[in-house]
Amino acid sequence: MNQSTETDPRVLLLAPGDNVAIARCDLEAGTALVVQGHPVTLRERVLTGHKFAFRAVAKDERIFKYSAPIGRALADIAPGEPMHLHNITSDYIPTYTLDEGHEFPGEVHP
Amino acid sequence: MTIQAWQRPDGRKGIRNVVAVAYLVECAHHVSREITYPYREHGAHLIGFPGCFPNAYSHKMLERLCTHPNVGAVLLVSLGCEGFNKGRLLETIRESGRPAQLLVIQETGGTRSTIAEGQAWVAQTLKQLEQAPRTTMAIDELIVGTICGGSDATSGLTANPAMGRAFDFLVEKNATCIFEETGELIGMEHWMAERAQHPALGEEIVRTVAKAAKYYATYGHASIGPGNADGGLTTIEEKSLGAYAKSGQSTISGIIKPGDVPVGGGLYLLDVVPDGEPRFGFPNISDNAEIAELIACGSHVILFSTGRGSVVGSAISPVIKVCANPDTFRRLADDMDVDAGRILEGRASLDEVGREIHDLVIDVANGAQTRSETLGHQEFILTYKSFEPLGPACFPSAA
Repeated sequence: MNQSTETDPRVLLLAPGDNVAIARCDLEAGTALVVQGHPVTLRERVLTGHKFAFRAVAKDERIFKYSAPIGRALADIAPGEPMHLHNITSDYIPTYTLDEGHEFPGEVHP
Repeated sequence: MTIQAWQRPDGRKGIRNVVAVAYLVECAHHVSREITYPYREHGAHLIGFPGCFPNAYSHKMLERLCTHPNVGAVLLVSLGCEGFNKGRLLETIRESGRPAQLLVIQETGGTRSTIAEGQAWVAQTLKQLEQAPRTTMAIDELIVGTICGGSDATSGLTANPAMGRAFDFLVEKNATCIFEETGELIGMEHWMAERAQHPALGEEIVRTVAKAAKYYATYGHASIGPGNADGGLTTIEEKSLGAYAKSGQSTISGIIKPGDVPVGGGLYLLDVVPDGEPRFGFPNISDNAEIAELIACGSHVILFSTGRGSVVGSAISPVIKVCANPDTFRRLADDMDVDAGRILEGRASLDEVGREIHDLVIDVANGAQTRSETLGHQEFILTYKSFEPLGPACFPSAA
């Protein structure tokens, strides 16, 4: 098998130039995988459909999924790290969550 | 493959035979609900508008919904002093040839007598509608809308692209397919523009999505909720990528706005974001606001994909629930019509599920009940908006 295109069947890589890999099922921390020929060990649990890095991604690098830019990196991301709200942000409008400290949009503080 | 439909006097064909009970202000909501309740399993559906101030958009919406081909007759319920132009709405419905009645609570003796009179009218009209003429309907007369709700990271991998395949199969047969929610197409505008039937339409698509991005930015909120993020969607662009997959791969024939019924088959983008300076709040406060708009554009059937697990249906048109996430399907199987999570687990291909959805659309059009219909879901919501008329570039080119 061609080393550069080999990808574990538990992982989806939607387009060849993408820098995110997608878990096809829940994957436990410590799982060792190969994605597009890169050996990767997951640093945390990655749930079905969630994303992780399979190669190093630099801060401010654009994130590509299915060849579409879906945001940019807030920090350097190492292979095996989950990719989500803590290290990716929108180029359009930030995502609102129920996490503590996140202000309700439009709320005014005197 | 033909569909057994109802022939309406205005020439259009419906796949359901509903009596719509419409309140024209929140003050008439309770009375309307009480009128509908005993007949809710026999074809009476509750819709309405809560506001007291008149609004061109909501008037057009109720006009289109009350003359929708799935609707056979309409009871309007007014308090009496609200701003809604009830006389004009009644006239429009009667001009379409449908039985229609208006009850004004202040003139009918209040709550009890209006409920009694309304129930008598609904009971008698449901009986009368049993005699409504039947006809056959071809697939190219069918209008199908699509929406996603309670999305997660699996929506864009399984259910949405599978519904996109179903759309491609339907458009091939010259059915009319509508996708919408430009606020969830942010980031996809240039890909979409390349699929436009003519270049001016492509420019209009880009402009439409820019309007949505500006609108949402004004309110400080993208159309991505906490549940979407818990489900693995990180940014609005990522959610858009998944939502966009619902449109399939056909050429985009035109842009429509709520209440515009496309003429001729093909794929249409429904622009649900109001024109002008942002006012009246968020464009679509919840999924059913979009479903009501798809139905006002003539949709006979709605395809609804969900990853987290939405349970809603709708008044007037049946909603087919396509579940994206295999775990969610196992938890909420009773609410789901299609298990698209099989794709993720390697138990079915995208084409197979796309074909299954296509076939189910035909079955449901032929009278098969969807899960949400069986469970009695008839959600409906309509609020304030304002729109400018469509520009000439929004229509398919004659060539």
